[in-house]
Amino acid sequence: MWAFIHKLGSPKWFYGISAKLQPWFWVAAALLIVTGSLWGLAFAPADYQQGNSFRIIYVHVPAAFLAQSIFIAMAVSGLVFMVWKIKVADMAAAVMAPLGAAMTFVALFSGAVWGVPTWGTWWMWDARLTSMLILLFLYLGVIALRGAFTSRDSASRAASVLAMVGVINIPIIKYSVNWWYTLHQPASFTLTSRPAMPTEMWLPLVMMVLGFYSFFIALTLMRTRSEILRREANKRWVQDLVKDQVEEAR
Amino acid sequence: MAFDSFSEFIAMGGHAPYVWSAWGVTALLLLASVWHARAEQRQLLKSLKRRVRRENSSRGNAQ
Repeated sequence: MWAFIHKLGSPKWFYGISAKLQPWFWVAAALLIVTGSLWGLAFAPADYQQGNSFRIIYVHVPAAFLAQSIFIAMAVSGLVFMVWKIKVADMAAAVMAPLGAAMTFVALFSGAVWGVPTWGTWWMWDARLTSMLILLFLYLGVIALRGAFTSRDSASRAASVLAMVGVINIPIIKYSVNWWYTLHQPASFTLTSRPAMPTEMWLPLVMMVLGFYSFFIALTLMRTRSEILRREANKRWVQDLVKDQVEEAR
Repeated sequence: MAFDSFSEFIAMGGHAPYVWSAWGVTALLLLASVWHARAEQRQLLKSLKRRVRRENSSRGNAQ
């Protein structure tokens, strides 16, 4: 087990294995998102109350899921980095943050746009919306903090601590709809019960959610590989690898 | 198919501005993420290769 963790933590090993895994996640993401989009936009029946505006759900829910999951992944990576000094965990945490911020923005934007025809307002300072806005600021804070230090190690530690503290916001987002009176409806999906919508409505949603997760994994693998090359540029194995590529190009 | 014609599909039953702006922003950000990651990777490899070539040529001159 420990040997495995340390192997996983080795940038060189991670660089190799991620190259093999990455294509599978890109293919899964493309297939799921394209199929889910076509199905959700053109084939799923319109909602009997909301009409076609409900089709926003197919981008809103996956983005909101990712926004929260990426923050948790970032906090866990931060913990792994702080406790075991595994650098790959910190590199992954660093490259995740912009996508997390983008997905939080998508969740907020699509929610606001959806609110106009359904609630009659694009914004309310209610618990769910406000806690999501705080999540966006937390992401921006993590990104800014990394840029604010001249020493990489200090930047990594500061960003890890902010991610680990900020993760408290995640249960607040999740339970906000139950704890406070909010405009936002409670979760449409739980693991324990069947969703209260017809299959041809929720199946494309499940595809979109899985597609977005695959996209996140693929992008994180790709960008972590770049981050490895950047930070290990002076290491022997990176220089050998680049030399081989230069030789091949001749 | 939930729509009878392509123009009805575009109109989204009068909800076109909401549906298409939400989907548009999502698609734009996902594509931009991929584009950014590719550009980052290419640029990095290019600068690493340039360094190797420079080292090779300086070594060649010294000999």
